[in-house]
Amino acid sequence: MKRLMLFIPLVVFFGMGVLFWVGLGQEDKSVLPSPLIGKPFPQFILNTVESGESLNHLPQEAVLVNVWATWCPTCKAEHEFLNALAQQGVKIVGINYKDDDFKARQWLKAYGNPYLFNIADPDGQLGLELGVYGAPETFLVDSQGIIRGKHVGDLNARVWEKLQPQFEALK
Amino acid sequence: MTEWYGMVPEFGQLALIFALLVSVLQVVIPLLGVRNSQDWLMAYARPLASAQAVFLLISLAILTYCFVVDDFSVAYVAKNSNTALPTPFKVSAVWGAHEGSLLLWVTLLGCWGLAVSLFSRSLPLDMVARVLSIMGMVSVGFILFTLETSNPFERSLPSVPSEGADLNPLLQDFGLIVHPPTLYMGYVGLSVAFAFALAALMGGRLDAAWARWSRPWTTAAWIFLTVGIALGSWWAYYELGWGGWWFWDPVENASLMPWLVATALLHSLAVTEKRGLFKSWTVLLAIFAFSLSLLGTFLVRSGVLTSVHAFASDPERGIFILALLGICVGGSLLLYALKAPTVASVGRYEWVSRESFMLLNNLLLVVAAFAILLGTLYPLVIDFFGMGKISVGASWFNTMFVPLSVLLALIIGPGALSRWKADELKRIGGQTVAAAIISLLLAFAVPLLHGGDMNWQVFLGIAVALWLITVTLTDVWKKCRGQLSRIPSLGLSFQGMVLAHIGVAITIIGVAMVANYSEEKAARMAPGDIETLGAYQFEFVQAGHIEGPNFVSDAARFRVTKDGKEISLLTPEKRRYNARGQIMTEAAIDVSLFRDVYISMGEPLDNGAWGMRLQVKPFMRWVWLGAIFMSLGGALAMADKRYRRRKTLQEANA
Repeated sequence: MKRLMLFIPLVVFFGMGVLFWVGLGQEDKSVLPSPLIGKPFPQFILNTVESGESLNHLPQEAVLVNVWATWCPTCKAEHEFLNALAQQGVKIVGINYKDDDFKARQWLKAYGNPYLFNIADPDGQLGLELGVYGAPETFLVDSQGIIRGKHVGDLNARVWEKLQPQFEALK
Repeated sequence: MTEWYGMVPEFGQLALIFALLVSVLQVVIPLLGVRNSQDWLMAYARPLASAQAVFLLISLAILTYCFVVDDFSVAYVAKNSNTALPTPFKVSAVWGAHEGSLLLWVTLLGCWGLAVSLFSRSLPLDMVARVLSIMGMVSVGFILFTLETSNPFERSLPSVPSEGADLNPLLQDFGLIVHPPTLYMGYVGLSVAFAFALAALMGGRLDAAWARWSRPWTTAAWIFLTVGIALGSWWAYYELGWGGWWFWDPVENASLMPWLVATALLHSLAVTEKRGLFKSWTVLLAIFAFSLSLLGTFLVRSGVLTSVHAFASDPERGIFILALLGICVGGSLLLYALKAPTVASVGRYEWVSRESFMLLNNLLLVVAAFAILLGTLYPLVIDFFGMGKISVGASWFNTMFVPLSVLLALIIGPGALSRWKADELKRIGGQTVAAAIISLLLAFAVPLLHGGDMNWQVFLGIAVALWLITVTLTDVWKKCRGQLSRIPSLGLSFQGMVLAHIGVAITIIGVAMVANYSEEKAARMAPGDIETLGAYQFEFVQAGHIEGPNFVSDAARFRVTKDGKEISLLTPEKRRYNARGQIMTEAAIDVSLFRDVYISMGEPLDNGAWGMRLQVKPFMRWVWLGAIFMSLGGALAMADKRYRRRKTLQEANA
């Protein structure tokens, strides 16, 4: 009996191991539960980067809202993938976060423009309301303008594999 | 034509590969020697361990060099540094992210191996061979992990970025230069105690000598862990900008759990050394302590739990560490289950005795560690059963941890003055009556004098802390029989213990005071505005800009006065780091022994006004001062002469 007791730590550890194993298989943890999920996209009146016209709503369809900036190296790494997504017909709205319109236009000319349009957020006001803490970040917004998901960090094939079903479901 | 210096990063990688090969030899050769009783094979353990450490140090030095010279062809450097980054931060950026910090981790492991091979003259050769072989196994696992999934020397050729992405601004700070290496020293140092325990299990010699060898190593690791945790807490306090110093974040818990178990291990080792008891339990604690530090590594790096500290997570890495964890912990627990019965403890003790107190101490510490483990893993369990995502708040940890600490603080004093084998409650009671009365009276007085009304939490905290101090001092008084000149002759171990226990009391006082008497105010302030908080006036004198090497900031100049007298000029900042555009709050703090005045800038409002957060935190420093006392106590205990006796042991084993 006492002999068997000695195996208890091993058994408990084994149980924890299984738990971790399953935990690892779970979806990407960088899909942080954001308090904004399920809430409407914050209101804004801002200009577009492309034409400077004033804008106060998102298109009424499921879109990705991608927060980016020219000062952000990861955004550059991400850009190619966004171009590919746009070609597949994914609708992406950009928020040019704490950036310069001129630089942003040059960037879009140089690397291609995957965005329907870009909202200029030079003071980071909209970013603040969205709880952005670093670019790039991407929000999944449905046709009613409700935020359904959020990803922190760059979008890439691995991340998209997980986000795509969620995004398709919004359509 | 390639210049040789263009290949420096490859040399780093090569050194790492050599370290791996050497550590494989370090596992195999000494064990073969033990198995066939060949001294000359066992004797390879020391030089191999030293060689491994040297190769790892070379590798780490080369990575540091790549950072200092801005070699952005190395992907890890490009991701975590920038030409504008000041050089000290370029050095600390080496361990600013996953790959480099892992290299630091294995290098420190190698250094502990080196230390064991240098300071193990008094040990029998087969013991050294086993210990170093086991440490070699851990090295093999983690160097493989580094090379396989997280190579810091990976190049981004041929398109070399002209500028790096910069180090996360949160980490651009003195606290972060020192905090991770110290903490890792602690984590990794526990591998020595672990290796000693396993070696003793394998050899079937769990005796007083083993406990004596193991003790100073455990203490050393424990000191690093103590300092590392305190540094982390201090860093969070001034760098995160909201004045909190402990968040029960999974990563903090990951460091606290091994600390609690290592503390239990220290005490249990004392019993094993002095009385030959608790052997099997001590071995288990040594395994637990290192397992928990591995678990911490796993939790931080696998992305299993979300945390503010989380490294870029990658499921592939997670699986690798999980496998390592499984082999290391599972293997040692299996060895324990199979071999532990062979080492029965002999000797008896009464209900009232120092052994009982130590047992109680161990129980409380382990239960506390277990409660934290439960709280940390609970979200994972809930997720596992598909009941949604939750996070366990600080309240769970506080309700578990506070009562356990109070109980622990109550028994520390009497435990230290009790006798081995058998004691009488009457004797212990007689010695501590005065202490009890004094601490109760003072504990009543403190909240009444400081806060003006009765606060039972403060009362409780102060009462147990004063009880701990007064009982400890009573013990010193009795042991030196009323003559303070005898204190030096009481022995370093004893003095160290006294210092460490008083350190615990100091921390408790700090926690009780700062948790209950902190004052805080969030105010809208424009230049010229004055706000009052407690006895202090905060005048917003001036707003301005500061240009740093790689950031620009909005700054506010504050004059803090008390009773019309100027206390200090404080300049909190809101920094924007150029490379990533990240915004950081730099709090300004006026520090003194009995209170901290803390100002941090919030958001800019209209008309040049800012949201300001003003705080007065009494006894804040005591929380960390206690940790300093504890680690000094540990250092004294380590310096005790009896760990440095050489000849006698060798003769005994001849």
